[in-house]
Parts: sequence; C-alpha cells; structure tokens
Amino acid sequence: MPPRYLLRVTEQPRLAEQNAAVLLPEPFVKWFGEKGWSPRAHQLELLAKAQAGQSVLLIAPTGAGKTLAGFLPSLTELANRPKRKPGQAHRGIHTLYISPLKALAVDIERNLGKPVEEIGLPVTIETRTGDTPSHKRQRQKLAPPDILLTTPEQLALLIASNGAKRFFEDLRYVVLDELHSLVTSKRGHLLALGLARLRAFVPDLQTIGLSATVAQPDELRRWLVSQASPGAMSELIVVTGGAKPEISILDSEERVPWAGHSARYATPEIYREIKRHKTTLLFVNTRSQAELLFQELWRVNEDTLPIALHHGSLDVAQRRRVEKAMGENALRAIVATSTLDLGIDWGDVDLVVHVGAPKGASRLAQRIGRANHRMDEPSKAILIPANRFEVLECRAALDANYLGAQDTPPLVNGGLDVLAQHVLGCACGAPFHADALFDEVRTAAPYASLDRPTFDRVIDFVATGGYALRNYERYARIRQTREGLWRVSNPAVAQQYRLNVGTIIEVPALNVRYVQAGSRGAASRGGRVLGKIEEAFLETLTHGDTFMFAGKILRFEGIRENECFVSNAPGSDAKVPYYGGGKFPLSTYLAEQVRAMLDDPQRWKKLPEQVADWLRFQADKSVLPKRDDLLIETFPRGNRYYLVAYPFEGRLAHQTLGMLLTRRLDRAGAKPVGFVATDYALAIWSLADMGWMFKNRKPSLATLFDQDMLGDDLEAWFADSWLLKRTFRNCALISGLIEKRHPGKEKSGRQVTVSTDLIYDVLRSHEPDHILLQATRTDAATGLLDVSRLAEMLSRISGRIMHKNLEQISPLAVPIMLEIGKMPVNGEADETLLMDAATLVEEAMGPEMID
Amino acid sequence: MNLSLSRATLIAEADLVGIAGERAVCDRRGVLYFPDLRLLAVSDLHLEKGSSFARRGALIPPYDTGATLLRLQSVIADYQPRIVVSLGDSFHDGGGAERMHSSFRERLKAMMAGRDWFWVAGNHDPEAPADLPGETVRELAVGSLLFRHEPSKLRVEGEISGHLHPCARIVQRGRSVRRRCFAGDGGRMIMPAFGAYTGSLNVLDRAYAGLFRLETLVAYMLGAERIFAISGSMLRPG
Repeated sequence: MPPRYLLRVTEQPRLAEQNAAVLLPEPFVKWFGEKGWSPRAHQLELLAKAQAGQSVLLIAPTGAGKTLAGFLPSLTELANRPKRKPGQAHRGIHTLYISPLKALAVDIERNLGKPVEEIGLPVTIETRTGDTPSHKRQRQKLAPPDILLTTPEQLALLIASNGAKRFFEDLRYVVLDELHSLVTSKRGHLLALGLARLRAFVPDLQTIGLSATVAQPDELRRWLVSQASPGAMSELIVVTGGAKPEISILDSEERVPWAGHSARYATPEIYREIKRHKTTLLFVNTRSQAELLFQELWRVNEDTLPIALHHGSLDVAQRRRVEKAMGENALRAIVATSTLDLGIDWGDVDLVVHVGAPKGASRLAQRIGRANHRMDEPSKAILIPANRFEVLECRAALDANYLGAQDTPPLVNGGLDVLAQHVLGCACGAPFHADALFDEVRTAAPYASLDRPTFDRVIDFVATGGYALRNYERYARIRQTREGLWRVSNPAVAQQYRLNVGTIIEVPALNVRYVQAGSRGAASRGGRVLGKIEEAFLETLTHGDTFMFAGKILRFEGIRENECFVSNAPGSDAKVPYYGGGKFPLSTYLAEQVRAMLDDPQRWKKLPEQVADWLRFQADKSVLPKRDDLLIETFPRGNRYYLVAYPFEGRLAHQTLGMLLTRRLDRAGAKPVGFVATDYALAIWSLADMGWMFKNRKPSLATLFDQDMLGDDLEAWFADSWLLKRTFRNCALISGLIEKRHPGKEKSGRQVTVSTDLIYDVLRSHEPDHILLQATRTDAATGLLDVSRLAEMLSRISGRIMHKNLEQISPLAVPIMLEIGKMPVNGEADETLLMDAATLVEEAMGPEMID
Repeated sequence: MNLSLSRATLIAEADLVGIAGERAVCDRRGVLYFPDLRLLAVSDLHLEKGSSFARRGALIPPYDTGATLLRLQSVIADYQPRIVVSLGDSFHDGGGAERMHSSFRERLKAMMAGRDWFWVAGNHDPEAPADLPGETVRELAVGSLLFRHEPSKLRVEGEISGHLHPCARIVQRGRSVRRRCFAGDGGRMIMPAFGAYTGSLNVLDRAYAGLFRLETLVAYMLGAERIFAISGSMLRPG
C-alpha cells in the first residue's frame, strides 16, 4: 500500500505524466516508475509555480500528499545542484521547514528520509527543536544541513544569533506546514516577523504554505509574501474533493442528558463501535473529558481491548509510548484531546468518534480527516452529543455541509508584545536602524498596518521600558550608536533574551508524583511522575480528596515545592470534578445555524424524538426564539429570581455579557447574586424580581442590553478583573518585561520575584496608557472576552428582544439551571468567601478568640 | 472634621488585637497601630525595588516607590502617630536610598517631620539609609513590645517582626483566596509586607516552623474594606 503522500493519480493522468517529464529530474521520474506511482496534478502544479519563482499556498484536505508537494521544489533543485568540492566552504541552509509541533518535524524527517534515500538524492535533512542537544546545534551552525526542520521558536533563536545573515544567505525556500493553525496565534505573529527578517536577508526567498481548508484563503496568501506592495498575494492551489466523509450523529437508545459534558450515557454504545472497528480515535474537547471517557470505557471493557489515553498534561514518556503503539497498530482505541489534532500520521484509524459538540466546523473537518488517511476513501465518523443543546449543534453542523469550513477565526493584527520580543531579537543578531526595521516589519502581513509612532513606542519600551517617568535611561537594554544604529548594551541582554524566546506561556503546573498512601514527606519520593496539573486546580484540593488523572483515580496527599504527591485510590469515586468546560467557543457560524434550527419546526424531524419533544414542550410552556431575536425568560425559583438569556454566542461572549449585565442590574437595584454562562445561554439570579422590573421598564430590557454597555461598564470592569491580570502576565512575559519563571524556584521565590499582578496594579494606576496595557486590553478584548462578537450580537438584537415572564422554569432553561453550582463562578466574589470563612470562625469559637 | 474624632472612629471600626497585653489595631492597609503608645509600625517597604530590578535588566515600572509612599502617607495622615517604626527592608537594597528620586525623598522627609522615626535594620538594608533623618536601630523595645526585622527562633512574648511577608490562603466553595496577612498567636505578631512590589509567603510554609503556637494562630487577612480574622485550622498551604 503506498504511503499517503503518494497516490495513484486518477485525474488527468496523461497531462500529469507529460508535465512530470518536463518538471521532474530524471531520477524522480524513474523512482515514480519503479514504484508504479505517478505524481499528483497539484504536486506538479506547485512545482511548476515554484520553479517560475513564485510563492504558493497549497490548500488540500488531509491525505492529499501535501508534504511531498511542499518539498518537491526543494528536492528537485537540490538534485540538480553541483556537488560540493572538497575544500569548498559549507553551503548554507537551502530549505527551512517550519511546523507548529516538534513531533511533526520529527515525523517529517522520517517520512521524507525514505524517498530521498530511495531516489538517491545527495540531500541532508535534520531537525532542530528544543530537544536538540547543544553540540548538534553548534555543529548545525558550522555545517548546516540542506533541509532544516524546525519550529517558530527555533527560527526566532537563529535570527537572534550572531551571523544569522550568513547562516541564511543560501536559503531558497521556506515551507510552512499546518499554516492555518500557525497564523491564528502569537506564534504566528512571531513567525511572520521572522519571515520578514529572512526576506530582508534573501530578497528573492520563496515561501510555500501548506494548509487545511480555511474560510479566507486570501488572508493566508498575503501572509506568505512581503506586503511591501500592500495586498500582494502568493499563488494559490486548492485541491478539492476527496471522498465525502460519512458522518452520523449517535441516535442513542439512552436518555440524552439535559446538561453536562461527559456523554457518559453513551459509553456502552461507543464501546460497541470500538469493537466493530479496527482502530477508533476518540476526540474530546478537554483533558477532563478525556480522563472521564477513558475511565468509563475501561469500566465496560469486558474484552480488555487495548484502549489508551493521550493528552498534553501526561508525562512525555507516557505519550511517546501511546504514539508508538498507535504507529504499530497495537491499539484498538485512543482517547485524545487536541494534542493529536494536527496532521501527524500514525496508524490505520478507521473510525473517528467525536465526543461533545464540534464547536467549530473546521475543527471537526480536521479531526475527521484523521480517519482513513487516504483522500480517495471516505472517512467514517460518529458524533456523540453530550447534552441536548449539543444535539442541536451537531445536527446544525451536519446540515450545513460543514466541510466548507466557514468558521476558521479571522486573523488579528500582530501583538505589540510579540513585536517587542522581535525587536530585541533583531538587536541581539546585529545592530539595526529603526527606519529599516520599521519598513521590514510592515512587510509582515500581521503588522502591515502598524503605524510609526506605535513602532517607536515599542522600541522605546525595549530600550528603557517606555515609561513616562524616564528614569531607566542608565539601565537601557538597547542603545543607539552615534550612527543611529540600535544595539544591545551588553552581552547579558542577549543571553537573557535567548532563555526567554517564544510566545508559549505555560500555565503554572506541578508534577504529579506517585507516593505510598498516607505519606507526605520526602521519605517516599522517587515514585513515578504521571504528568503535570495546573496549580490553580491543585490549590482547591484538600488532603484525601480524590480526582481523575492519567487514567487513574488518585488521592491527593499534598504539595511540596513543585511536586504534587498522589497515591492510588482504585475503586473509589473521583470526588472532585475538574471542570474544563468547552475550551473552544461555539463558532459564530454554527451558532447562527442552531438559532435557525430552533426557529424551524420542520427541521426538528431530523432530531432524535426526545430532543424534538423537548423543543415542543418549550413552544408550549414558553416560546422559541426567532432566528435573529434574543429570547429572555424570567421566573422565580426558591427564594431567587432568575433571568435566562439565549444568545447562542459562545461561553466567552456570554461570560463577558454576564459580568456587564450584573453590574448594570446591580445599579438598577435588582441585587444580582451570581451568574453562569454556557455556550448557548446565560443565567443571572437575583434577590429582586427582575421580571417585574422589566415589565415596568425599571429598567427596560432594551436599556439593559443597550450597546453602550461596551463603553464605560466594560472599561470599569477591565479595571480590576482577574482576567486582565492573567492577560497582562502573558504580555509581560512575551514582551520581555519580566523573565519566564524557572521551574522549581517558584514557591520559595514568591517573596523575591515581583508578581505581575502587583506590577499590573501599579502600572495601571500610574500610566494607564502604557503600551503594555494597550497590548493587554487588545488581547483580552479578542481572546478572552470576545468583545467584538458581543458587540455584533448587541447590535443584531437591538429592537428584537423577546421577553417572557414565566411562573416557573421553562424546558429550555433546564440545562443552564443544572450548571449552577457545578461551575465555579469566577469573578469578584473573593471578599464574600473571606467573609464566610471569618464568620465560620466566629460561629465556631465565639468572638473572644479574635479580640 | 475633628482629627482626633476621625481617628477614634477608625479605631472603633478596626479590629483590635492583643499582643502581650498591648492593644493594637490591625489596619487592612497592612500597618499596625498601638493607640496607647501612638505608635505606628510598618514593615518591608522595599522602596526602590523597581529600580533595583531595572539595574539587572528587568525594566519593571518605576512607580513602586511613589505608590508605596502614597499609601504610607495616607495611613500616617489617618493615625497621626507620635512614633513610626519601619521594621526593616525599608529599601530593597543598600543603594536604594541613594537612588531614590529627590521628590520622593522630600515627601518621605515631610512625613517624618515632627515624629520619632526608627529604621530597624533589615537583611536588605543593614546600614542606615543615605541622606535621611531617623534613627537606625537593630531592634527597638517599647513597653512590653520588641520590634525587630526577623522573628527570632526562640519565643519572645511581645515580638513584632516582618521579613517573611506572610500571606494566608483559604478554600471556600471550591475557590481559593490568597491574601497578605498579619500572623499572630497572641504572643508574637509577624506583619505583612507593605511595599507595592512585595510578594508573600504562606504562613504554613516551612520558613515559619516553630514560630507560632499553632492552636492559637490567627491570620488577619487583608480585605478590600476590612480585616478577616481566620483561625489557623482553616488555612491551607501553597
């Protein structure tokens, strides 16, 4: 069976063969012939365009042979290159391959090595990642390979090193894999800036972008080439088709739950499907869902099928074992989170099960592409909705012919924190002139609209912190020479930069280590490390609590320094649920589809009967929102009054809306107590009767939901939000204001290091317009709060709010009401918790203890 | 408004604690005030910490000294103490007082005017601060109280110290809340750090081992409006 990157050509075979003869050097033609294969049309098309000197974006589904297509221009050129004579200087890098994952680079080395060897090409291929030993890196600088496979962070490091220009002077091609996933993050911004630098070194450099289907290919086409002439775009090749996947929604015999994310009800049915297939890949949205599903499957695994678990928090060795077993087809099922999302090629998967709603059509397409990694055979997938709203979402995704992938996120402007890092990196490499660097930076698509004053402020920030109180001049990290060139003031600056390069900020996490039950001390050290868990989660545990991790039920024994000690607690129930929630917000596109479905009873016929019944009940007891309306229900329950809104705009936007609405309701005297948000709805509860207030227009709902809430209220809430502090921390780390923390030093270092929260407070009160705060607000508005989406929603529903004042809870409100109490309500309630604790003490011991 | 009257109100509202027989107010802003002595204690100001970091390449905002002094000014204005004790680590490093901007120095001097001001030597600032009035001492005894920077290993009744930057953590309803705190057991008291950039260390950390009678340990956690007295048994490490 041919590997996935080479397929018998079915379309236009003759044309392809003719082209092949012209474009491909003889050894390639011979090799194809020997194998009985021929190159695919898009591979030759890409080769032809590249040979004509153009940069190209190739959009193709998984399994279309993208990788070979991307490397053909390099391989053919290298095949024709004259041999290096003895004594002649080493040649520089010819082709740079950049992927978002280390593992992908390693995988490509393996996949590319084989044809290179069989064709007999004189080409050296090496990887360079964070794992590459330093002696090898040194050697790579002196004697570079022809093709270097690496990551965006390593490129940033190479650019910041002495002699970067010389190292890259022979560079011809940059191949960017999984471009669609790279461009949407700050890593993408850093990479775009790196690419701009490479183009400055080698003006006729060509780029080849490989991408899955995206909504706006032109954005990627601009990203690939210099924007010196604004709007310039690379060539585009789109491979459509591939067999249409067979996707179904599990029509469960069980009752589909109202709320929750576990899909536990479907475990026996999932297990039955695993038994029916060779290898099943089970995707879930969060780590906690993965743990739970894994446990549940083993509970019913009567045949002890080899079922494995794979997620990013597990220990690396453990993950590698699973990956190896997968490659050897030794597993029947793997429960995985997004760590396996990207196009790594392992094993023969014949079924993908997606547990939980897909959240975005593109993500679904990408994940389903994992099954049957050959484009000509249909992939098979089953969607398992975890609750009733997810049934709607899954149905909407299928009805909308999701493979069009209409919902990849739009690209955002490049982050200023990333730019600051890059500016310092450039100075570490060689002195630069601000004018020249400004022009260069603007050739990178994410920074094409950057203005000069902002750029100058970034330089100022890198040099002295950019504070209005200019008293750090003597500590400047970069200084201007008499010729006007900026250079690092001392070698320590460059050293510090190299230690902190990159835009990936790890959430503080602790190692989870096995010990004997009941032991907390150093005596029992030496147990196996199972992986890492976020500090924030561990902080809520008490000695003896049980929770799920690494496919086991563990007992929390205690924390010491950067390790969390646990013991085995088999058989017991995990007491502490870890709510990861839907990490990915519902895409705008899918949200609209769900609203449309609610509004159209004809389409309910396609839904499972129990779900259709639920909607009919809703129509009977309350009302179903019209497609572009916002339904708001109010009702009393217990000693509280509830407001439930159904915007379907995703959890982030709802959370922001919840925070802003509670502020406003508080001012209106409704005495709101709390709120909870899901992807579909938002519930607020209060002490005063909100239904009565809205009916009497005190305030009216139109006033409450007025768009002006995004002005002052948002600004005021920004002021002391924990979300902003978290965002600020990321910006401060990326921009190089403070160093990333070193593992192990964290606990004892608390007294010594400065917490970014404190810096944030001080900076905000003294210089609210500082460039780093500007970067923080921009980030928060897009990433954490979904402000733009909220703005669109508020403008859409203006004049279209439908209020239903009810005697009791409606059927549609049940799911979100069940979430209350399950989700920790993050927010500003810390003082209340302290008050509770203090009161407890007073109650237990009497007031005299405290005096 | 009459000054002494407003001071009285302040004291009535605040939490009064007993330390070796002396009455003291734990102010939510992180200072300790002894009304009978008219003595205000503040600890670990760490002035010029920002510039100390900047010297080593971390250009964190240079506003910490100003922010710390502003808060100090406000508590001094509220209590109008006769004696002020700065419990050590008043400057983040030995050169801090020298680096301090002249406008800050003037502001500090204005606060000091007309009061007895004691700089207790700390590990960060063992020498007297340059160009500033006030008396530098290793420790200071007032009545039954003993003020020093580092808590002593042996139990001393009435000892008021700083150095460790105590904070406390509780978990309620699945949420964790961490705040700076005063930590006391009725005999000794360790004060929270006052400086704008000062971090904190949990009172259950090993560094505090043997310092408190655990059965009477109370953490007076700093809230936005008031102090929350939390008994030691409710505290969590980390």
